Amino acid sequence: MSFSWPRGHRVAMNNRFKPTGEFASVAIAFSVNGKQVSVEAEADTPLLWVLREDLELTGTKFGCGIAACGACSVHVDGQLTRSCSVPVSDIAGKAVTTIEGLKAEDGTLHAVQQAWVDAQVPQCGYCQSGQIMAAVALIERTGTPSDAQIDEAMTNICRCGTYPRIRQAILAATGQAAKASATTQGEA
Amino acid sequence: MADNPNPNIEEIKAAPAPETPVKKKGVKRRIFLAGSALLVGGGVFGLYWSDNSARTRARQLTTGEGEHNFLTWMKIAEDDTVTLFSPHIDFGQGTHTALGQMLADELDADWSKVKVEQAPSDVAFSNTALVQSFLGEMTGYPGVINALPAALIGMLTRSQKIQITGGSSAVRFTGQGGMRVIGAAVRAALVAEAADRLGVSEGELTTADSTVTHAASGRSLRYGELAAGAAERSLSRDPVLKTRSQWKLINKPVTRLDIPAKVDGSAVYGIDFTLPDMRVATIAAAPVRGGKLESVDEAPAMAVPGVEKVVKLDDAVIVVAKGYWQAAKGLAALSPRFTDGGNGAMSTPAIYAAQDKLREAGKPDNQAGEGDVDSAFKAAGDNVITADFRVPFLHHAMMEPFALTAHFKDGKLHLWGGLQDPIGARDRAAKAAGMDIDDVLFNPMIMGGGFGRRFPGVTEILDQAALLAKQVPYPVKLVWSREEEVRHGTYRPQSSARLSATLKDGRIAAWRNDYVQGDNAEGEVGFIYDVPATSRRHFAYTTNQIDGPWRSVNSTQHGFYNESFIDELAHAAGEDPYQFRRKHLPEGSRHQKVLDEVAKHAGWGTPLPEGVGRGIAIVESFGTIVAEVIEAGVKEDGSPKVLKAWAVVDCGTTVNPLNAEAQIAGGIIMSLSATIGEAITLANGAVVESNFTDYNLLRLADAPPVIDVHFIESDAPMGGIGEPGVPPASAALANALFAATGKRIRTLPILTQAKA
Repeated sequence: MSFSWPRGHRVAMNNRFKPTGEFASVAIAFSVNGKQVSVEAEADTPLLWVLREDLELTGTKFGCGIAACGACSVHVDGQLTRSCSVPVSDIAGKAVTTIEGLKAEDGTLHAVQQAWVDAQVPQCGYCQSGQIMAAVALIERTGTPSDAQIDEAMTNICRCGTYPRIRQAILAATGQAAKASATTQGEA
Repeated sequence: MADNPNPNIEEIKAAPAPETPVKKKGVKRRIFLAGSALLVGGGVFGLYWSDNSARTRARQLTTGEGEHNFLTWMKIAEDDTVTLFSPHIDFGQGTHTALGQMLADELDADWSKVKVEQAPSDVAFSNTALVQSFLGEMTGYPGVINALPAALIGMLTRSQKIQITGGSSAVRFTGQGGMRVIGAAVRAALVAEAADRLGVSEGELTTADSTVTHAASGRSLRYGELAAGAAERSLSRDPVLKTRSQWKLINKPVTRLDIPAKVDGSAVYGIDFTLPDMRVATIAAAPVRGGKLESVDEAPAMAVPGVEKVVKLDDAVIVVAKGYWQAAKGLAALSPRFTDGGNGAMSTPAIYAAQDKLREAGKPDNQAGEGDVDSAFKAAGDNVITADFRVPFLHHAMMEPFALTAHFKDGKLHLWGGLQDPIGARDRAAKAAGMDIDDVLFNPMIMGGGFGRRFPGVTEILDQAALLAKQVPYPVKLVWSREEEVRHGTYRPQSSARLSATLKDGRIAAWRNDYVQGDNAEGEVGFIYDVPATSRRHFAYTTNQIDGPWRSVNSTQHGFYNESFIDELAHAAGEDPYQFRRKHLPEGSRHQKVLDEVAKHAGWGTPLPEGVGRGIAIVESFGTIVAEVIEAGVKEDGSPKVLKAWAVVDCGTTVNPLNAEAQIAGGIIMSLSATIGEAITLANGAVVESNFTDYNLLRLADAPPVIDVHFIESDAPMGGIGEPGVPPASAALANALFAATGKRIRTLPILTQAKA
């Protein structure tokens, strides 16, 4: 007996790769972390792969490819965006911020990044770029997010199970909880 | 203080391998153990005092100008920097920081000048300590094993080509038996060197912050100044270790070294690695495990811009392109035909049915226990309580999909990626490519999760990347899609069990666990209760899937079986589940104390709102006892709502309580996720699920907002911390839902596939 893809697989693949008929590379200009860039890419290439492979900004991660896990989260014109599922052609003329663009020019961490360090949030760390980008967007939108708003907004997957510390870090970053008690005993 | 988990971008030059006077095959563990009886009485703790060829090689691999290697596993530079080489990978469980704390504390090193690097994936750095400790644990004769000459252990380990991270072993074995001893021995050598240089006795000297001080004269010498001389000295094989009250770093909440690079995007994982001229490839393996690639027309993929090559493997097709997107589009354009390897009838219901049939046939492959269960059941007549449990295949779902970069050049195969055993990875890749292991170089990278998925025994990507690299002239990074990841896992096996017991005068008189799965789990079933007659019978059943270790391994399902069933027995006896467990644990035992503490913290017995229940469970695994209480209710849509979780842990002592808490809390969440929603199911031999849309992982909103973790400090041997948080949570949740609803949960996950 032999057969081709099982039906489910075929459907999943087709959903992900809608043929656009536009195979020619086009030049697309936008800004990333405040710098103007222009890339040559096929119009349907997801922003994620342009960031990772063309611009070598690998802090934005590939997790699922279907906007289900949030590991690829960035900001596009200030809006939280799952970059694996946005064609780069949609980004033309827009401003993208990635995890690499959160720090101040002098290297000072963004308050949310600092809260992540203080609460010792990351374990494997792979999802944390996306988690931080989601948290920054949430705080920019709400100021001081409630527990319910955190529940609603923080839908990114973390397999290590860092959720309680993510919540704690968001509350601490917005002055709603005592700073995490991660002591600096023995730290340099 | 800096962590450098990946010092090997400039990869280690291949030095000649040490001669191993042991034949490459045939050094089986039992032969070794049989021979070991002759060596009793050696009385030497020689663990890291490895034989000279390995030490020479370690020195070649790790030391530059002004640096001095000690006992293979550490070096001191003349600027006082101390570098530890970890044989274990850190994928977020905090191992590197913990091992650094243990070494630096005994060494009295200045923590700001301590670095932890991944040990080279070289046989000189195989983890002898791990093997020695495991041998001791498994045979029950640690005295015998500890008496072995170090050189013999070193040779044995290298012949097995392992450098494992797993079994919650790093801190309790490598750290306790290795890094602390090394630190203390090197400190003693530095003191001896200083005494000679200053012309005073060793007793007049003190050490702190990488400095030896002679208080009487006010003179001092830095470790960097003493290292060259100390490295020439013979080191104590039995140095005095600090007592608990002397610890400055051990058992302290030191912040993790790897975290800064994980909040700003600068950490480089295997999937992020890149080389000039590198291509990216992606793969589709036979949908039915065991199937082969029958045919594929390459043309549709080759028509996709950016696609450069289609590579056919025995059981898979790979598309190579200039980037991932092009490769993925090329792959999607193909219509490969695969055989099903004769496994086309395999399905989830068929597996359960076959398991039931096998168990009912009553011919166990393995059995263990004590007392006479059969007689007790016979005497009880109709009063034997039974319950059948079923647990599904579980996917590891590490957030970083598999990615391995390979370059075949000048007869050598170079590999870059994150795997749980770098030396084992070289071995597997060498076998796949038909090469000698010495011609395969592996560069360990940071891993985006592992949970048991990244052991060489279950990482077929090593074969795929090795075979692919031999067919292309450029470096190539093979990346699995999430669909490939979900559908070709090496899952926690789908398993089932019938538990039966009888009660007499309010106590359990006899208990039997008839379980069906691939492996004999004796040694991991962890039955802790005082019951006069117990029986564990294993019925071996395998599917077409490759069974993989999933965080906490067999303790996941057996923790669920045992701790759900004892809850049922408590209910049958009309007793409180906490008190019923308590009275079956030895009075004054560590287990009883852990159980009491968790009940106290959780307010066991206090009133709860309508519709909310409390569940309790206790499991010992990997040398650590964990009891958990979960409060849960049911949401409007019928799915469980976990409100809060408590854990009390006795792992002897924690090296880093801050990190240990994260490991226990993370383990609970992983377990809740699996219990509530995760299942891999088979239909027509192939995996049905495809991505995070139908493989349901717990999200933040459904995780308990707070997990209250407490540690009991005891002088018991140090237990593991990465895995033991997982096993109790399944049963604690199921028991809580029973308390809330009166309905028992015996089949996982709680949410059916229909809901997915």
